[in-house]
This record gives sequence, C-alpha cells and structure tokens, in this order.
Amino acid sequence: MIIAVASGKGGTGKTTVATSLALALTTKERGSTDPPQKPTGLSDRQASGQGILFLDCDVEEPNAALFLNPSLNHQEEVGILVPEVDYNRCTFCGRCAEVCVWHAIAVVGHKVLIFPELCHGCGSCTLNCPEGAIHEELHVMGSLESGQAGPIAFGHGILNVGQAMAVPIIRQLKAKHRPGPGYDVTILDASPGTSCPVVETMRGADFVLLVTEPTPFGLHDLRLAVQVARDELDLPVGVVVNRDGIGDTGVDDYCTAEGIPILMRIPLDRRIATAISGGEALVEALPEYRPRFLELYEKMRGQLASRKEAP
Amino acid sequence: MKQLVILSGKGGTGKTSVAAALAHLASREMPIVLADADVDAANLELVLEPTRLEEHTFIGGQVAVIDPHLCQLCGNCYDVCRFEAILPGDDTYRVDALACEGCASCVYQCPEGAIHCEEQQAGLWFRSETRYGPLFHAHLFAAQENSGKLVTLVKQHGRLLALDEGRELLIVDGPPGIGCPVISANAGADLALLVTEPTVSGVHDLERILGTVNHFRVPALVLINKADVSPAHTAGIEAYCRAQGIELVGQLPYDSVVTEAMVQGQPVTLYEPEGAMAGALREVWAKVRQHLNE
Repeated sequence: MIIAVASGKGGTGKTTVATSLALALTTKERGSTDPPQKPTGLSDRQASGQGILFLDCDVEEPNAALFLNPSLNHQEEVGILVPEVDYNRCTFCGRCAEVCVWHAIAVVGHKVLIFPELCHGCGSCTLNCPEGAIHEELHVMGSLESGQAGPIAFGHGILNVGQAMAVPIIRQLKAKHRPGPGYDVTILDASPGTSCPVVETMRGADFVLLVTEPTPFGLHDLRLAVQVARDELDLPVGVVVNRDGIGDTGVDDYCTAEGIPILMRIPLDRRIATAISGGEALVEALPEYRPRFLELYEKMRGQLASRKEAP
Repeated sequence: MKQLVILSGKGGTGKTSVAAALAHLASREMPIVLADADVDAANLELVLEPTRLEEHTFIGGQVAVIDPHLCQLCGNCYDVCRFEAILPGDDTYRVDALACEGCASCVYQCPEGAIHCEEQQAGLWFRSETRYGPLFHAHLFAAQENSGKLVTLVKQHGRLLALDEGRELLIVDGPPGIGCPVISANAGADLALLVTEPTVSGVHDLERILGTVNHFRVPALVLINKADVSPAHTAGIEAYCRAQGIELVGQLPYDSVVTEAMVQGQPVTLYEPEGAMAGALREVWAKVRQHLNE
C-alpha cells in the first residue's frame, strides 16, 4: 500500500504522523530488546520493518530525517537537462527559441542565450533543431539522499536554496525508489499546499491521509486538499485531526457532511509538542501511541478494501 | 512605498496570524495594501473580513490535447514526453492534464498534426476591501501549476494600487517552502520577516529560508513564535541569529488566544488588545517599522 501524507495547510503535523506511522509499522522499538509484537494484518517481513519505504517528498523543507535519523549512504545530484549549443553547427535559424514555450532560449544575432532557470527540461529544442546542434547537460537543482533508518528504507530529496522547481526533484526521487510492489508499505511525506509538488507526490498513491487541525485555517486548507486528492486524482482520503480540541467544530462538521472518515485524533498535548520540538518521533516519546498508529493503518486498509468491493 | 514579505520556510509557524496583526497595527499609522501570496492555501481573508470588489480569471499555462480522430497511434508523443503525461490507449493516446506541463514538445513531433495546446484557466484572483486597506488575493485551482506566476500577478496589482494611491506599505503574506511561489513572493521586497518556531524542523527550515532571502539579497528579520515551547531551541535560534548578524525582533509565547482570534475571524491584536500577545506584536511592529524606514 502506498500512503501519501498531505495537508494543504503547513505545520499541521504531516511529518509527525508520517514518521510515527512508519515507526509503528516496524513494531519493534529501537533500542528495545523486547521481542516485537506482531499485529494482525502485517506480514512477517513488514512486522520486522523490512519492506517499509519512507520517501520525504517535501523537497523544499525535508524534515523527516530529523525524526527518523537515517544513515544516509548514497547521495547524488539531480536536476533537469538543459540545452547547450554547438556553435560549429548552429545556423542561428531561431527554431529553438520559437518552440520553447518557457522563453528559456533567445537567438540574438550570432549568439544563443540560454536561461536555465526558465527551462523545464522538456527537450523540445533538441528535437526541433534542424542542424542537430543542441545537446543537453544536467543543470543541478538539488540532490537525492538515501539509506536505512533502522529497518526502514529511507529516501529524501533536497531542493537547493535559490532554486525554484521542486517537481523535478520529487519526480526523480520517486523514479529512483519505485514505491509499490517491492515494498509492503510506502509512506510519502508531502509538502504543504495543493499545487504541482503535492500532485506529484500523491500521483500513484493508493490512499491519501490528510492531517489537519480543527481551526478555520485548517478547515479551509483541508477542503482544498480534498479537492486535489479525492476530486482531481480520484484517490480515497481519510483525515487525522491533530491538536484535537483547539479551535472549533468546523472540521468535524465538514467531514461528516462530505462522508470523509476521521481515522485518528491526536489531542493538544504539551508532551507531544516538547518531543517534536526536540526531534523525537511521537511514538518513541509516547509509546502508548504505537497501537493507535497501527489501528490507523488497519483503518486505511479497511477503507481501501471497502472501496474495492464497491461497484 | 515599501514592501514587507512574511515568510517562514516551515509551514504553520504563524505567518498569517502575524501578517493580520501587522496589517491591523500598520494601518493605524499609514495607508497600506495587503497581498496574500500563499495562493495554494490563502488564509489571510479568513481573519480580515474582506468585501470582494473584483474577480478575475487567471490563465496559468497550456495543456496538450490529442484529437482521437487524427491519432494514428504512432507513439511519437509518448516517446518524447518527459513528464509521463501521455497515456497509451486502445484507439488513441490520451493526455494526463495534471501531469502535462504544456511544453508542446508532442505537438511538434506528431506527424498527423493531431495535437494542439489549449490555454488553461488555472485560478481566480480578487481585489477586496478590508478595514485595514485593499487586499489582493487569489485561488489557484486544485492541482494546478504556475503558482509563482499567480503570486507575481497578485503582488503586481497590489504594488500598482499602492503607487497609484500613494499607499506607503505593501504587506505580503508568503507561502511556506523555498521554491517558486516563495521566490516570487520575495521578489522586490525591501524587508523579509521570517517567522520561525523553536523546534528542530523550525530551525532547519529557518536556515533554508534565510539562505533563500540572502540569495536574492533581501534583508531579513527573525521572529520566534511559540518561543516558550522549547527554551533550549529558542536560545539556539538567538545564537544562530547573532552569528548570522540577523536581528531577532521578538519572541511570541504559545497562547491559545491566537486560535480563539482566528475562530472569531479577527487579528489577535484586535481580538484581545490588552493581552500579552498583542503587546508583544506591537513591539515587533515598532521594530519592523524602524527597519522599513532605514
């Protein structure tokens, strides 16, 4: 099962939920010598934490590593392919500039100006050059890092400071660590918002878990996130209400009216805030939450199963 | 006319609550204009009770459309698309409009001339009136691209109105992150107020947003929200700011009055003007104003 954890509004607790869900699925507390208790519904491989992939797709502000502390043993630079012109072949016909919808190439007299920050790496200029005078070079926009967080396979993307485009990094992160059949559970931690980076993260997921808080801002942005996940991408959604008890009843009323299941509630708790502040995962600071995250996982499985049965 | 942008890197640190309070405080001293640059999830209007005056459509980019009657299933479009936006079908290829970036590469490679690009309405933008001044804001439709372009448009209209009417300050409530909409929100700013929180994530993201505003040469001030959640991290941020030569303009306590004010749809400085939170925000505004005048 591929689970995308998203929110619309920032700071609602996406990373808190995503990391604790992953850790709860490994069942065995790190540093603990107690034998793991195998919950129902998990395979042996899954219960040992093998077969869990965690991808932090919030490449603008990747924070999951602060809570999972993976040993990152692989790093590579990524970006997009941008054109370079071979002046021995170029006749300055201007065809490349004509086909570039991003205005990333301009032909001025006997010079071809290329603006990598405008280029989307589509390759249309290369294909359309009648002289074969364009080849492409990697324009580095960020990096991918991966390794193991205990038994969890971990990867994240990092957009370089000053770079604008997050989507190519997310795309390459997901291309490198294909979520899906190789793993029992893949957890994708999304960025806040509702535009292209969030869509790129949700694409291919089986279930979208939306983390919100019961406030007017939380509700407003939850509605938008539901529009993306359920209405545009046709994915099943469920809600986690974080800091339950603050604010008002708007989120509950909305979920009831829309038939969206609230799968978990996490109360406002000073102990949680302190743990998160210090980079400690929720289920590690408060182990009593471990079974609740397993229950959350079971509920998502149940939602998926009932959806498959529906006509 | 000065331009103040409020950013954070990490989401949910309190940008919009701070922006609303500063709008309330600033408007008592000078004519201002407001722009909500978080077009994915625009929340500023929820606490400013605006009256909508104008609504306009926003054309984002374009999307490829394949004519199924002309498609001969050669697959060229599928081969050249780098965005996994072409989907094979039994009798025609189809375009996944959400994946399509509108580059038109497939349009040029289709030997049948079966593909063309169409403009997409990607959102709406509004001019509204609030009791603190005009507000420019927008709604990017779900799953759309080009949020940076819409941010630029919203800000541009705010800026033009401010210049036209001789308004002294444009307050821009920015989006989270460091990518394209943030870069657009930050462009042309005279000063960036970075709202952070004393958590490992807040500190990590503060470094990245500070790097971003430095990269574009916008001077920055830092405000720590929920400072009492972790005195240790608050001290760490203070030390970090000192080392970077960045002024810390205030520390706000964690206070449920911020949520109460939000539920009432008011800036916290209006909702509870005598409270500690409002007092701390007045001090922040005094320092920000001083920096804007420098």
